[in-house]
Amino acid sequence: MEIEPARKYIYSDTELDREEGQVIEDLKAQSQQPIPDPDQWLGEELEQNILLTTVDALINWGRRSSLWTAICFPACCAFEMIAANGPRFDLARFGMEILRASPRQADLMITAGTLTWKMAPNVRRIYNQIAEPKWVIAMGACAISGGIFASAEYAVVPGYNRIIPVDVYIPGCPPRPEALIYGIQMLQKKIARRKNIDVRKLLER
Amino acid sequence: MAVRTEPFVLNMGPVHPSTHGVFRMRATLDGEVVVDIEPVFGYLHRGIEKLTEQRTYNGIVPLTDRLDYISSMSNNLAYCLAVEKLAGIKVPERAEYIRVIIAELQRIAALLIAVGAFLNDCGAYFTPFLYMFREREKIVDLFEMVSGQRLTYNYMRVGGVSQDLPEEFMPALRKFMDKMPHYMDEYDQLLMQNEILIARAKGVGILSGEQAINCSASGPVLRASGVNWDIRKADPYSIYDRFDFDIPTQTTGDCYDRYRQRVDEMRQSLRIIQQAMEQLPPGPVRAEVPHLVRPPVGEAYARLEAPKGELGFYLVSDNSIAPDRCHIRPPSLINLTALRDMVRGWKVADLIIIFGSIDITVGEIDR
Amino acid sequence: MTVSLSGKEVASKIEEKFSGSVVESSAENLVIKSDRVLDVARFLKETDGLDFDYLNFVTAVDRYDHFEVVYLLSSLEHNHSLMIKARCYDRENPALPSVVDVWQGADFQEREIYDLFGIKFEGHPNMKRIFLWDGFDGHPLRKDYI
Repeated sequence: MEIEPARKYIYSDTELDREEGQVIEDLKAQSQQPIPDPDQWLGEELEQNILLTTVDALINWGRRSSLWTAICFPACCAFEMIAANGPRFDLARFGMEILRASPRQADLMITAGTLTWKMAPNVRRIYNQIAEPKWVIAMGACAISGGIFASAEYAVVPGYNRIIPVDVYIPGCPPRPEALIYGIQMLQKKIARRKNIDVRKLLER
Repeated sequence: MAVRTEPFVLNMGPVHPSTHGVFRMRATLDGEVVVDIEPVFGYLHRGIEKLTEQRTYNGIVPLTDRLDYISSMSNNLAYCLAVEKLAGIKVPERAEYIRVIIAELQRIAALLIAVGAFLNDCGAYFTPFLYMFREREKIVDLFEMVSGQRLTYNYMRVGGVSQDLPEEFMPALRKFMDKMPHYMDEYDQLLMQNEILIARAKGVGILSGEQAINCSASGPVLRASGVNWDIRKADPYSIYDRFDFDIPTQTTGDCYDRYRQRVDEMRQSLRIIQQAMEQLPPGPVRAEVPHLVRPPVGEAYARLEAPKGELGFYLVSDNSIAPDRCHIRPPSLINLTALRDMVRGWKVADLIIIFGSIDITVGEIDR
Repeated sequence: MTVSLSGKEVASKIEEKFSGSVVESSAENLVIKSDRVLDVARFLKETDGLDFDYLNFVTAVDRYDHFEVVYLLSSLEHNHSLMIKARCYDRENPALPSVVDVWQGADFQEREIYDLFGIKFEGHPNMKRIFLWDGFDGHPLRKDYI
């Protein structure tokens, strides 16, 4: 039985594959160290006893109460994420029932699954497309450090923080939906302490 | 005046809401009509087959959980059957009955997700999916009583199961079995004659019987095309020859038939569980084998009827505590061989439905 | 119950048609010479009484000095099965004929064997890597891969 590849007269799949392979090799070469977590600003300012204005508190309340997730569901943890959206553990009560396919309309990325080097450039691109302010939750053991598959170093990235900066880590394999909700609440507390308007700079003008 | 058209390439990328995971298709389209597709996978290749060479035989059971993560118990069971065939271990009676009950419950849970995701692709955005999740939560509660976990159970061991059923399991199972037929009737009433489902799925993506056999399809995809082949009847493993159940088949092999096939199989699973519940004997649940199993030199292939198709494990051993080679026959990957021929000539929206009706899990394709 | 056919009986039938293609045969499986795989495959599919129209799986095992490619065939009509093997002694550029024209189900599985072991299948319409990216160095499932 003939299997004729129609694609050879429209695009060259070998060239496409070679370019993508080159992108993956480049990303692998530059991701040898983990990216530091974005919470350095929290430590200093708490010691200086920050004064949050009511405008700040209002903005933070709005941001943390309706986080919209971008889809990034490689593997098994995705099913605990979907179960958390389901009728029993309801994420809609936190304002999070929207799972937007388009990263431009999202502000949170829950990475639920193992990351492989082949997938890594795509995850980086989705992260870049999300508009500021954005947060990342690393869900599950595979997202923190490669998990049970960490010994297969030829294909598995040892943790998402090699590729994107992570805010909250949730352990478990897979973490229960209650653990995921606890992690989301920790992220909400982190957002509540964020300083949006610098009062001193406004007064200096 | 004739309009000149040119085909173009659309990349339905790894991150896509309808592709059931990280699966990528390069579709060549002429307007809206699909001319050719090229599936690209490997975005979840975690090297499971290489990892099995570094772990002991009982230590591979958690790895097999993560293959088809929707039906973990079936994967565990297939692996344990392969090791028991290789080492010649006999499993006690009570363990066999427990395995059958658990495997059939797992089949219902996995088919619920398959049907729900298919309806999600058809356009009923999330409502039937969440209804199916309501039943799946009840089954997952039963599994949590038995093994302590919600998704990756790690329950079967070489020679039996890891622990006995707790006392509250049988009353909860009886309560579930009383209510489940009513839920299935509710779904049938809402969906079976639904105009939109019939208009979208009937006659779309037809796979004939000979084509299915040539492409080595198995499971509901093969039976919906009219081929009467089920491993539980043709090559019975465990104690399936003691139960009385039918093998439904359909005639045409289009998407609606595949949906219908899955619903019929759920009802047959309920029959098997009813019979197994009544015949459950007392006794030990695990054979007297050492934890570090050391099978003799040789090879064995054992297969089982997983919710997606024929799941098999081919093990080669060299008399050490870790296998020399463990190959997993993935039903999802092999069912996908027929995708290209099924899809040509249909539109993009039909491509999504045809792909959803084959029902894949990327963890099993990429391993 | 699926009967697994004895390698010796089928070996005698194959020897009548294509002499010299069977290397060894035992009760469980049958080893064929690597360049005769396609002829034997077509013979097994088309002969009445054998009718092996369903290919269960194709896989490869690294046996330290040679590669062994394993095929499991079944017939849905007669409900019997047979396991066939073919050996490749070349470690640098191993090659075998592809059986995609006989059973289309071997399409993705042969690409997987090329990706993870390095065994090329001649006659396959699309012989390229499937799980790992283009430009990956080496073949991971070989025993000497680090």
